[in-house]
Amino acid sequence: MQLTNRSKQVSNKEMTLAEKMYLPAVISGLAITISHFFRKKPTIQYPEVKRYLGPIYRGHHILKRDEQGRERCTACGLCAVACPAEAISMVAAERKKGEENLYREEKYAAVYEINMLRCIFCGLCEEACPKQAVYLRHDRMVPVFLERDEVIYGKDRLVEQMDDRYIRSNNSEVKTTPTEPSLTRAAT
Amino acid sequence: MEDVKPQLVKVTIDGIEVEVEPGTTILQAARKIGPAVAPPAMCYYQPLKGSGGKCRACLVRVAAGSAKDPRPMPKLVASCLTAVQDGMVVENETNPQVIDARNGIVEFLLLNHPLDCPVCDQAGECDLQNFAFDHGKVTTRYEEDRRTFEKQDIGPYIQLHMTRCILCYRCVFTADQITNKRVHGVLGRGDASEIGTYIEKAIDNDFSGNVIDVCPVGALTDKTYRFKNRVWFTKPVDAHRDCPTCSGKVTLWYRGEDVIRVTARKNEWNEVEEFICNTCRFDKKKTSDWTIEGPTKVSRSSVISANKYRADTIKPSFGQRLAAAEYKPIHDERDTSQLDIQQLPPERFAKVLPSAMEPEP
Repeated sequence: MQLTNRSKQVSNKEMTLAEKMYLPAVISGLAITISHFFRKKPTIQYPEVKRYLGPIYRGHHILKRDEQGRERCTACGLCAVACPAEAISMVAAERKKGEENLYREEKYAAVYEINMLRCIFCGLCEEACPKQAVYLRHDRMVPVFLERDEVIYGKDRLVEQMDDRYIRSNNSEVKTTPTEPSLTRAAT
Repeated sequence: MEDVKPQLVKVTIDGIEVEVEPGTTILQAARKIGPAVAPPAMCYYQPLKGSGGKCRACLVRVAAGSAKDPRPMPKLVASCLTAVQDGMVVENETNPQVIDARNGIVEFLLLNHPLDCPVCDQAGECDLQNFAFDHGKVTTRYEEDRRTFEKQDIGPYIQLHMTRCILCYRCVFTADQITNKRVHGVLGRGDASEIGTYIEKAIDNDFSGNVIDVCPVGALTDKTYRFKNRVWFTKPVDAHRDCPTCSGKVTLWYRGEDVIRVTARKNEWNEVEEFICNTCRFDKKKTSDWTIEGPTKVSRSSVISANKYRADTIKPSFGQRLAAAEYKPIHDERDTSQLDIQQLPPERFAKVLPSAMEPEP
């Protein structure tokens, strides 16, 4: 019975002298090995080098500020109600006189917390946001955490820094992803 | 002596026949059938006499006036004010003309509405939001400046956002009928009309807080609840207390262990069942003040039921019933004695899966 057409007839014939010495086989094998030294390396040296994951990768959350540096989030709670993992919680507060350059609307999020253990990075919060405030940035991942108390991200780690603004680029020429400032707990 | 029963009249609304007493309005007859055919109402409020007829949200088409005179009414009529007649045929959702008119009404109501739902405390239980969700457009065609007002404090507990007001007059009727002295009203005419207390005279009356509950939008809001939380993060619980001034039957809105808001109980049409006094509403915000009756029934489609896992709001039986309907016993004749696999007897499956024929509990 023939199952595939790749079957080979087994022969029991005597090997030649060259075959007995194995040298040609060893050399041809080595040639294959050595030729790999001169090829382009497919390995990416993660975490020093990172692959560009595309403009729609969903990574680290960010609470955007507007052009004047005011926080966009108005604590409407739509991200939290859209979140299937119930990872987001917030406490709203009313903007006082003199805080107009800090918050865009008359209500703002005094506390905004995302539990990164719960988050599944589905991006529904970004989709639900009516104020274009919360984004999942495509260029940065949530760093590995080793302690339980590191997993709840407050506003200190979520709000956009004015000197490190996030722009979602659709530029396909950007091939690599800038590395994070530090691989451990960021900026705390 | 026999009771003289009034002759019931037959009305057909969206093809569903219902018998009602003469004198009821089309809206009431439709509500008797159920929420599927009930027209939306922004200004009509059953407990308040004289309300209705202002917002035109409840327009319906009367295809046949009565059994005696089956001519259709020439224009769409406001169902909250039109009384039924025997043999009347009403078209509500089934008529594209009515839907078209309602879409226009939404646009008109939203002309001067600031659309600040993410900030507004009413979001999630707002009549206008529901109405616009059902009938509204995604974008606006309005290009002019919307009229704006400063927010006003009416008394220590109530805040008035005149920008959000749709001039339904419900609060005016409430003040007239529930309290004995009204100090606010509608000032100005036409486009310039606004709710106001004149010289910002504070409302202080035991029942003034009810204007918050009757307001269909977020124009009159509770200052003690201002920006405390979104409606859908709070848990409504029915409770009551012995109150010398009112019935004391309220809904408490919990955030964790704290009562952050007290409102009157509302029925399925978002109408207050029994008006409550200001002491209950604003001062009694401790669990120890109240006798808890149990969680308020929230409809599954409401955003308030989001992230709440009560056994009677979520019905997980659907999946089980589907599985039971799709379940096929597998003919497995393998000799499993050697494999250390325990075959479950078929009765086990019958226990887990309820019959597909069973109605939902």
